[in-house]
Amino acid sequence: MATHPTSIAYVRTEESPATAPPVLTGGVVGWLKENLFATPRDTILTILTFLFLLWIVPPIIDWAFISAVWTGESREACIAPGTGACWAFVEAKFGQFIYGRYPIDERWRVNLSGLLLIAGLVPIAIPSVPYKRENALYLLVVFPVLAFILLTGQFGLESVETALWGGLLVTLVVAIVGIVVSFPLGILLALGRRSEMPIVKMFCVIFIEFWRGVPLITVLFMSSVMLPLFLPDGVSFDKLLRALIGVALFSSAYMAEVIRGGLQAIPKGQYEAANAMALTFWQGTRLVIMPQALKLVIPGIVNTFIGLFKDTSLVLIIGLFDLLGIVQQNMNDQNWISPATPATGFVFAAFVFFIFCFGMSRYSAYMERRLDTGHKR
Amino acid sequence: MAHQEGVTADAGDSERVSLMNDPKVRGLVFQVLLIIAVIYLVYSGVTNAIDNLARAGIASGFGFFGERAGFDIGQSFIPYTNDSTYLRAFFVGLLNTMVVAVIGIFFATLIGFIVGLARLSKNYLVQKFATVYVETLRNIPLLLQLLFWYKAVLAILPSPRAGGLEPGVEVVFNLNNRGLYMPRIVPEGGAQFIAYALILAIVAWILIGRWAKKRQMATGQQFPVFLTGLGLFIFLPLIAYLVTGMPLSLEYASLQGFNMVGGWVIQPEFMALLLGLSLYTASFIAEIVRAGILAVSHGQSEAAFALGLRPNLTSRLVVVPQAMRVIIPPLTSQFLNLTKNSSLAVAIGYPDLVSIFGGTVLNQTGQAVEVISITMLVYLTLSLLTSAFMNWFNSSVALVER
Repeated sequence: MATHPTSIAYVRTEESPATAPPVLTGGVVGWLKENLFATPRDTILTILTFLFLLWIVPPIIDWAFISAVWTGESREACIAPGTGACWAFVEAKFGQFIYGRYPIDERWRVNLSGLLLIAGLVPIAIPSVPYKRENALYLLVVFPVLAFILLTGQFGLESVETALWGGLLVTLVVAIVGIVVSFPLGILLALGRRSEMPIVKMFCVIFIEFWRGVPLITVLFMSSVMLPLFLPDGVSFDKLLRALIGVALFSSAYMAEVIRGGLQAIPKGQYEAANAMALTFWQGTRLVIMPQALKLVIPGIVNTFIGLFKDTSLVLIIGLFDLLGIVQQNMNDQNWISPATPATGFVFAAFVFFIFCFGMSRYSAYMERRLDTGHKR
Repeated sequence: MAHQEGVTADAGDSERVSLMNDPKVRGLVFQVLLIIAVIYLVYSGVTNAIDNLARAGIASGFGFFGERAGFDIGQSFIPYTNDSTYLRAFFVGLLNTMVVAVIGIFFATLIGFIVGLARLSKNYLVQKFATVYVETLRNIPLLLQLLFWYKAVLAILPSPRAGGLEPGVEVVFNLNNRGLYMPRIVPEGGAQFIAYALILAIVAWILIGRWAKKRQMATGQQFPVFLTGLGLFIFLPLIAYLVTGMPLSLEYASLQGFNMVGGWVIQPEFMALLLGLSLYTASFIAEIVRAGILAVSHGQSEAAFALGLRPNLTSRLVVVPQAMRVIIPPLTSQFLNLTKNSSLAVAIGYPDLVSIFGGTVLNQTGQAVEVISITMLVYLTLSLLTSAFMNWFNSSVALVER
């Protein structure tokens, strides 16, 4: 017991001094330190980005809100130098931007079609609502027929020719017809591309690769200029229908590739199981393969639809007045022409497109997360 | 015997299956029907077209290529006047399309990679800024963006005269509604040696790189390839420039009357198209880059750290090469998209292939079938060539599997 620890040189005899408290990791300062000023490089980046934002954001806010013109009857309101956005222009032309030159007394038909569309879309977009099959049938078959009757005016409704359609109405019509036609066509092409019949496969491959290889604008030129030449004398389509044919063929090629991706992701065992159950090819496809494949590619289908929705703006080049087309046409209105008008009109159109596309892309991301069964950190 | 009888009976059964249910026969019938349908469609289309063209009195065939075009083109990289043939106008348009596509691809890739990396940054401000950039530009139609740049930004710039330029005074840079004016480099005698020096520097850079890699593989010694190459790239042409007696001079733009004279001008149409195409495509490339880097599993960078590699080397040697395998296939389709989207030039009046050929030439000759088929074929060829090249590149970086 004589060798008490006190005699050992390396054993402490007094308490060590308290260490400094850890660097603050919570609160505002901690957050700033971690997220904005973690390293010298981060600090420089933060300062540069901040200066850049300081350079662009205040002018944008000033343009859009502070020096913007909110009310006015004509260009006089927006002509003064230094004025920002001319929102009065959008306000005055809002009806045209939505309906085009659709007769004012008949606009309820457009509104009703819109409501019918929403009534079908909302339940199909929510995964937990039942009756998906009936719902899809409504959207792909019943709704198009109803909308056709309402918009063109059949069964005693006053007929409205498509030349009067415009604005968001045309944008939605082109996009929805594109998707409704391209969906079944895309399924057929995707099946054809995976078919064991060499000639069927070859036709499908050529069809898909051809449409995917050319720009939509040439397709639209083709359907508006070249298509009438290939039809018998006396048969003619109206301009909107020709554009629709072009858009539908174009998007069905893209849709086919998306669906093919889903078909390839189905394990071979599923095909074999369907065969073992003595299901015919079409029964197996309908009952076993397609439900799984389509579910897998919902995000891809939504993305195709977003692309198609944006591409509808191209119809203005062949002289149809979709949302962008009608905004552009109204900019040249003598009553409203001013330096601020073009930017205002484009920003409005961009905002509308953004709302639609961003909403759809959020939905697609949500579905992707829901369907994702992978192992991620 | 009984057993054998059973077998023959079975064989007899399968022979008795109706032709309707034999997959081979059915496949054959389907395909024959398909061929007949396609032939009928093509035949009726062609006969209708011949009838319609004859009735409208439109010539057919490709004879129009040799005729005088008779219209002017705003921008052309090969000599062209309105006396040139349609064939030359075609090449002017094709060249304009390819120029804007190549430059656009360069900028889109550059911006796309920067934004894609910024979206993965730990820096809150940088990351949010990149996110807003991607989400905004990706969700607005390209055509709208092009028209915005062209009509709402570049077209309302002041004219050279209203922009405060003094007549006759030379300016270095000037942006006005006629375009972006920059000094033009005027080569004089002997200037070709500078170009030779530049080429020599690039070749030397590549050769040094190869030699350095071989040496590192053999001995483990490293060589500062990048710095040496950069030095050669800068100093060889500089030496050539000084030795040949400074044969380059700059020509500045100046205001003469109402117009700008001299200098090198980038036209507003080209600028709007380039801005729109590269910013829009960059937002897609950014997402591809982000997805590619996220696709490299954590274990890889952890393994690299465990080997003692520093973060920079880890990303350069471990993460990026693996991410590239994921990035390249969708990147290819973005390049193709950009090339195809350059056809939207027709909306803002940049003289690309579609605008010259599908627009002006079509209106002048009326030969819709020929003109549109050629335009489509050109894009199809460009698409196939790009994807062939990218497939080759892809296979060169692909994982070598056992």
